[in-house]
Amino acid sequence: MPEAPQKKKFCRFKKNGIKYLDYKDANFLLKFVNDQGKVLPRRLTGTSLKYQRKVAQAIKRARHIAVLPFTGDSLK
Amino acid sequence: MATKTKSKTTESVVLKDYESVIIFTPVLNDEQLKDAVAKYRKLITDEGGELVHEENWGLTKLAYPMQKKSTGFYILFEYRSKPDFISKFELAFRRDERIMRYLTVSLDKHAVIYNQRKRNGEFNQGKKDQKQEGAK
Repeated sequence: MPEAPQKKKFCRFKKNGIKYLDYKDANFLLKFVNDQGKVLPRRLTGTSLKYQRKVAQAIKRARHIAVLPFTGDSLK
Repeated sequence: MATKTKSKTTESVVLKDYESVIIFTPVLNDEQLKDAVAKYRKLITDEGGELVHEENWGLTKLAYPMQKKSTGFYILFEYRSKPDFISKFELAFRRDERIMRYLTVSLDKHAVIYNQRKRNGEFNQGKKDQKQEGAK
C-alpha cells in the first residue's frame, strides 16, 4: 500500500463549473486520452458519468476533424 | 429575422444555433479559398440564417493524413438557421471537391455562452482550465 491516504478523486467539471467541452481545444482534450490516443476511463480521471459522456463525444468529434489523432505513439 | 423564403412554414420559424467546421484542401490559393468561403457565407444568409461568427484558422496541420494531405484550411462558421437548412448545407459540402471534411454540430445553450466568452477573450487562464491556456 503506497502512501496510505490516497487523495479523493473529484470531477473537474463539477468542481470548476465547466458546462461545455470544446471539441476544438486539443490541448484540453489531451488530458483525457492516454499516449496512444485512447480515452481514459473514469476511474483514472475521476470525471463524473455525465461529463465522461461529453468528454467521449468531444474526443470523437475532435478526431473527425483531425484535431486529435485516432491513434498515436507518443502524444505526450 | 425571417427573410421571405416561400416555404410552407411561413412565420415564426425557430432558428437554432449551429457550428460548422469545414476543412478545405491545401491546394487552394488565397483567392480560391476566399471565393469558397464567400459562397458558403452567402448560402447561410440566403436561406434565412444569421451568421454569428466566422473564424479562419488558416493552413493547419492535420493530426493524421487525409486524402494524402497533411494540412488543410480550417474554416469555422457559427450561425443560426432553420433546422432543415442543415441538410441542404451539408449536401453542398459533399458536392464540393474543395472540401475534404466537414463537421456540423448543433450548439446547446452552454455552448453558445462558451463561444461568446471565448470570442471576448475571457479564457486566458480563467474558467476553462487553470493550468494552461489554449494555445492552438
